[in-house]
Amino acid sequence: MSTFVELVVNGVSVGAVYALIALGFVIIFKATEVVNFAHASLLLVGGYVTAVLHDDIGFLPALGAGIGTAALAGALIEVLVLRRARVENHAVLAIVTIGVDIMMTTELTRRIGTEVLSLGDPWQSRIVTIGGVGIAETRIAALAVASLLITAFLLAFRYTPWGVAMRAAAEDGEAAALMGIRLTRVSLGAWAVAGALAAVAALFLTVFPTPGLDRSTSFAAMKAFPAAILGGLDSTTGALAGGLIVGLTESLVTGYQGQLDFMGRGAGDVAPFLVMLLVLLVRPAGLFGTRELSRV
Amino acid sequence: MARGTLAVRDLSVSYGRAVRALRGVSLDVPEGTVTAVLGANGAGKTTLLRAISGTLPFHRGAVDAGTVRLGDRPLTGLSPSAVVAAGVVQVPEGRRVFGRLTVEENLRAGALGARGRRSVDRAGAAESTAAARERVLELFPVLAKRARQRAGLLSGGEQQMLAIGRALMARPAVLLLDEPTLGLAPLMAERIAETIREINLQGTSLLVIEQNAALALELSSAAHVLEVGEVALHGPSAELAGSDEVRRRYLGVSEDTPEGVAVSDAAAPSGDHAGTSGTPEASAGRPVLARWTG
Repeated sequence: MSTFVELVVNGVSVGAVYALIALGFVIIFKATEVVNFAHASLLLVGGYVTAVLHDDIGFLPALGAGIGTAALAGALIEVLVLRRARVENHAVLAIVTIGVDIMMTTELTRRIGTEVLSLGDPWQSRIVTIGGVGIAETRIAALAVASLLITAFLLAFRYTPWGVAMRAAAEDGEAAALMGIRLTRVSLGAWAVAGALAAVAALFLTVFPTPGLDRSTSFAAMKAFPAAILGGLDSTTGALAGGLIVGLTESLVTGYQGQLDFMGRGAGDVAPFLVMLLVLLVRPAGLFGTRELSRV
Repeated sequence: MARGTLAVRDLSVSYGRAVRALRGVSLDVPEGTVTAVLGANGAGKTTLLRAISGTLPFHRGAVDAGTVRLGDRPLTGLSPSAVVAAGVVQVPEGRRVFGRLTVEENLRAGALGARGRRSVDRAGAAESTAAARERVLELFPVLAKRARQRAGLLSGGEQQMLAIGRALMARPAVLLLDEPTLGLAPLMAERIAETIREINLQGTSLLVIEQNAALALELSSAAHVLEVGEVALHGPSAELAGSDEVRRRYLGVSEDTPEGVAVSDAAAPSGDHAGTSGTPEASAGRPVLARWTG
């Protein structure tokens, strides 16, 4: 039983981190209708900057710098690449982001090389025992920080002028423009926020029990794709649900691998995608990617 | 909110650099008046509003020639948000309310454009937004009742009220209305018309595009008839309502009295335009098409 509790806690914690990534993915899609395949490299940029700087300026400033850099990188992609590409078809822009991703990832893996970089987090490998269940401090921190950020984001999305502008623009860009909402700003904001969230996620993807930031970190980030898609690409709620589902699935399947022999080894990595496929079979728009009822 | 006349001069617009939608259109919306634009489908009415609001790029359109000014401020070439900030706000055809947002949030979205104005400081902006909301809820009490409901679940008439209210949140000097009564029950159309009068009495100029010619002529002090992208007729609304051509074509009344009033002279200056040469001019003695007469 304690194993189960442990796995669930770990799963929820990792899931919350996936949710952070998926959330960024979803707001970019909502604001610009672009599927951002460069998301993993934004995450890698944030993590890399934090890893390089933490020795010199300390953990928190380094994390701040990482978040800032990733936000800036997101904003730059929007300004330099997407805004200039005058194409109507959003699928074309999605492919452009694949190119951006390849460029950024190549440069970063060249810099990282074969090293495994530590992000210098204060939790290290300490484990707290609550009621006989041992949980890594990093997992608790991940859960706490991710929940806090997600709550703050959702509140901002709901109540601030930025959030209203964002949702209005996502629903009907032209009508939003007619209300004086600046679409370019909305889209820039979405990319910057998504970058910042990805950088925070980078921290929690690379702390204990993961050895650190290396070239494979971007693969870990890829797991947020099934999270965003199975939740529904245009739904923030869906991103959260999707993140948790993917985190839990991964954690439980990996934990009970012994009993799941028929799936072979490494099933934990594959399971989220299986879940995604199953969900899409039943609900092609994702769990929360619904068509709204409206009277005309 | 004194900002002067909204003046459109010799405006030519094309889509995809190929399809000419407007040719040398000129019209004025003098401060404090209601001006109507009539015309059949495809005459360029909506294009005219897109050109004023700066949303042509959404439809791959562009202004080829001509100007739009509010008072002495040029609006041509501005972004939609800059046009809103200048005080010209459009209520688009088909309402286009944000269906997934609540009524309250729709109104908030409408107020976002006014924040771009330099003249008002933050506290002043919050105050005038509150005043704008009060005014909107006074005009449309039903919006207060449904404040927390999703806009997509309102009836057509209520959505039209919300669309107008949302635009009023930006405190416009000139309000552009595209087919405000389209698809509404006659009673609701009459209520919208009353509201338009009320908004005008409160000091906002209006440019109204309306397929219901009788209603439009009744509301407005002056009217323009667009035909295939050109102003075919224009004049005081009362005069137009009495003119045979308008009566036959747009009011569905057939009378056999000879040609009376208000014939285009706005098409004349457009003849100087390189872009419009070679296109048939709307001529004064244009015969009334037989199929329109009952």
